[in-house]
Amino acid sequence: MRERFFHNRTAVVTVLFVLIIAMIGILAPVLAPHDPYETDILNKFAEYSLEYPLGTDHLGRCVLSRLIYGIRPTLGLALLTMLGTIGLGALLGIMAGYFRGVVEEVIMRVVDVMLSFPSQIMVFAVVGLLGISVQNVIIANVFIKWAWYARMIRTGVMQYRDRNFVQFSRCVGMPERFILFRHLLPSITSDLAVLASLDVGWAIINISTLSFLGLGVQAPTPEWGAMLNEAKEVLTSNPIQMIAPGVAIVLLVCCFNLMGDALRDVLDPKEVEK
Amino acid sequence: MIPVLELHDLCVTLRQHRRAIELVKGVSFSVHAGECLGVLGESGSGKSMSIKAAMGLLNKSFLVSGSARFQGEELLGKSAEELRRLRGGKVGIVLQNPMTCFDPLYRIGQQISETFLAHNSWSADEIRNRSLALLEKMQIRNPEEVLEKYPHQLSGGMLQRIMIGIATSMEPALLVADEPTTAIDAITQFEILDELIRIKRDANTAMIFISHDLDAISRVADRIVVLNQGQVVDQGDFDHILHHASDPYTKLLVEKRADVMRRYCQVLQGKERNYA
Amino acid sequence: MKRYVIRRLLLAIPLLLAISFVCFVFINIIPSNPAEVALRVQQMPVITEEAIAEMEVMLGLNKPFIVRYFDWVLGCLHGDFGINYVNPARTVAGELARCLPATLQLAAVSFVIVLVLSVPIGFLCAVYKDGWFDKIMRAIIFISTAMPAYWVGLLLMWGISVKLDLLPTNGSGTWQHLILPSFTVALSYISTYIRLIRNNMLENMNQDYVLYANVRGLPQKSIMVKHILKNSMHTCIVAMGMSIPQMIAGTIVVENVFSWPGLGTLCISSIFNRDLPVIQTYVLLIGVLFVVFNLVFDVLQTVSDPRLRKED
Repeated sequence: MRERFFHNRTAVVTVLFVLIIAMIGILAPVLAPHDPYETDILNKFAEYSLEYPLGTDHLGRCVLSRLIYGIRPTLGLALLTMLGTIGLGALLGIMAGYFRGVVEEVIMRVVDVMLSFPSQIMVFAVVGLLGISVQNVIIANVFIKWAWYARMIRTGVMQYRDRNFVQFSRCVGMPERFILFRHLLPSITSDLAVLASLDVGWAIINISTLSFLGLGVQAPTPEWGAMLNEAKEVLTSNPIQMIAPGVAIVLLVCCFNLMGDALRDVLDPKEVEK
Repeated sequence: MIPVLELHDLCVTLRQHRRAIELVKGVSFSVHAGECLGVLGESGSGKSMSIKAAMGLLNKSFLVSGSARFQGEELLGKSAEELRRLRGGKVGIVLQNPMTCFDPLYRIGQQISETFLAHNSWSADEIRNRSLALLEKMQIRNPEEVLEKYPHQLSGGMLQRIMIGIATSMEPALLVADEPTTAIDAITQFEILDELIRIKRDANTAMIFISHDLDAISRVADRIVVLNQGQVVDQGDFDHILHHASDPYTKLLVEKRADVMRRYCQVLQGKERNYA
Repeated sequence: MKRYVIRRLLLAIPLLLAISFVCFVFINIIPSNPAEVALRVQQMPVITEEAIAEMEVMLGLNKPFIVRYFDWVLGCLHGDFGINYVNPARTVAGELARCLPATLQLAAVSFVIVLVLSVPIGFLCAVYKDGWFDKIMRAIIFISTAMPAYWVGLLLMWGISVKLDLLPTNGSGTWQHLILPSFTVALSYISTYIRLIRNNMLENMNQDYVLYANVRGLPQKSIMVKHILKNSMHTCIVAMGMSIPQMIAGTIVVENVFSWPGLGTLCISSIFNRDLPVIQTYVLLIGVLFVVFNLVFDVLQTVSDPRLRKED
């Protein structure tokens, strides 16, 4: 497995890229050339220069510094969303798949209803009803996505439940809890990793969209979507300002999408041989 | 006399991910008018692959070399359009899995007539008359109704017969039957084989019968070619294959068959004894 | 056939009820009292207990939960979705009716763009698989799935409206106003549908019926169009049909970028104003649209497929 991972160039490069981005985000105070909040009205709309590699925005703030600090909310919130989604989805999915009966019926009917709603609208609905805040954005995103994971994990559990090695463990008299964590979870992890890395890209777009509309991360905080919202206001006078955050989002999302595809190849040898 | 189809040292290579896998490694055989050649071999031995290669039915990832002559004319290197005119016209081909070979969205009549239109410029009336004649010749009852049916509404045997009807309707010089009896039940198999024997007798067509079933091949074929892993390992008439096969693989094939027959006879006898 | 349609209709009813229930529960589980929210939204200077109680009666909040739910559903069936918190003189139904046409217009044009572009491009990608056209298209699709719709909107606005001064940047009125927003909405769906059609066609190409069509010597063009494309489109009918409600919902972001006076703009401004009934009704509307379109296209697919269609 590890060998296959290092053989797959795309997988290695994308994972490295994400790690580097994450490191830059963590080390933002060290790496950023300027304070992302420091305004300098006199120096607004500065061109690209050594001092300001990506220029300055309408308030004279360093765009590069804001971009670097923006990694924190953009990537961090997306990862947090995925964590919540997988956690909730896995919990309910495993419950439905493993215990069956009434528990499964109830969970799966709720999942059906959740999946029949258009997800994009639900995000707005949840944010609209709970009020505008970062925490509600995450709740909203987890709320619309958990059902997909619950369904996928339940199917996985059902498949593995009846596999010989799980039945064998049960015959040998292993406690149920042990079987669940020792065998089922590792078996599902590969599917989960692929889907999750594809969905991080989706979460990044979704969260930045909310911030762009002013429903997520609020104005002075450097977040890529919020930065684009500010850039929109000065579209005619300083169009350059919207390039950097946009390209950053596209790059990061592309990277996660590539990573998902590469992980699928790494984790599922059958697919490669085809 | 020029053979109707002559393959000479035909090779097929599959190129995939910078790897090349040789699937057919220099196959040579020929078939004359009025003769039926049986091509025997297990699945994956390259039986259908060689015919498909000759007829231009493989896609671009397959590399074909050697020679395949149809009535003296080289087929490899012919344009796609020339090969298309050949297929369905001069060369009729019958496939296995009749249930999945027809497009589920079109009526049988439409699929017959589009085949006619691809090779001739007949009027609508003529197409209809010929379609009905085709079905009648294949002993299908209520041909008018069958023309209006969708493939899923007909049985496998019926579709197989329609397929043979389409293949023979344009008076082909060569009829290729690619495992025509594999996907259908035993009784229908018997009838289909009878049909093929009748066609061979009546029309003096050259026929290639591809199968892994020694029994079926022995009923229709005049001469047998045995393929294994992309190579011709044995050829001759049925008697030769049965008794004087030189190749170990052919021997194995025949022995297995004989074992089954012996067991079958034993069971039959046992039954008779029980009845007695 | 008739029985299938009826069964499908009956199955849609519990789903519709569930959706309406979720919509209703939503507004009732929020931490703050809706009556208080309503008062606050109307900028009542001092919110007294009496005022809240009065508002509760006005909004019918003093009745038990289930009764309120059925009252609400009955109201919805009569087209009464409640009143606007911000401006009690306006009904929610009226607000939505005012904004719906603009959104429908936008979604319809986007749908046409998606159909006109994705079917031929998907077809060509499948026919020339791994050729230069397919490779370029796949690269474009890959990048476009990573582009947030609002950013595409901004780029188009800047490039075409500001730089080249060809089209108006925002607002509505003429057909020129429609081009940029509808193209932006369409763009995020085009890539999905190109991929859908391409993969579906490639899958169909491996089917026996294509081999047999070749065996019969049918011309390539006829095999590709009459057989493979028709069969693939057939499996795509439902997905294609579902793109209509998806687009109606999907205009929400783009409308805000281009200040298009439709449902999306209304929804976002309602979120800012905490105008809960509008949001609730909007979600209900989209949910119902999804169920209805799903139903219609499922039935359509069944009718057009001879295998599923039972001849009466």
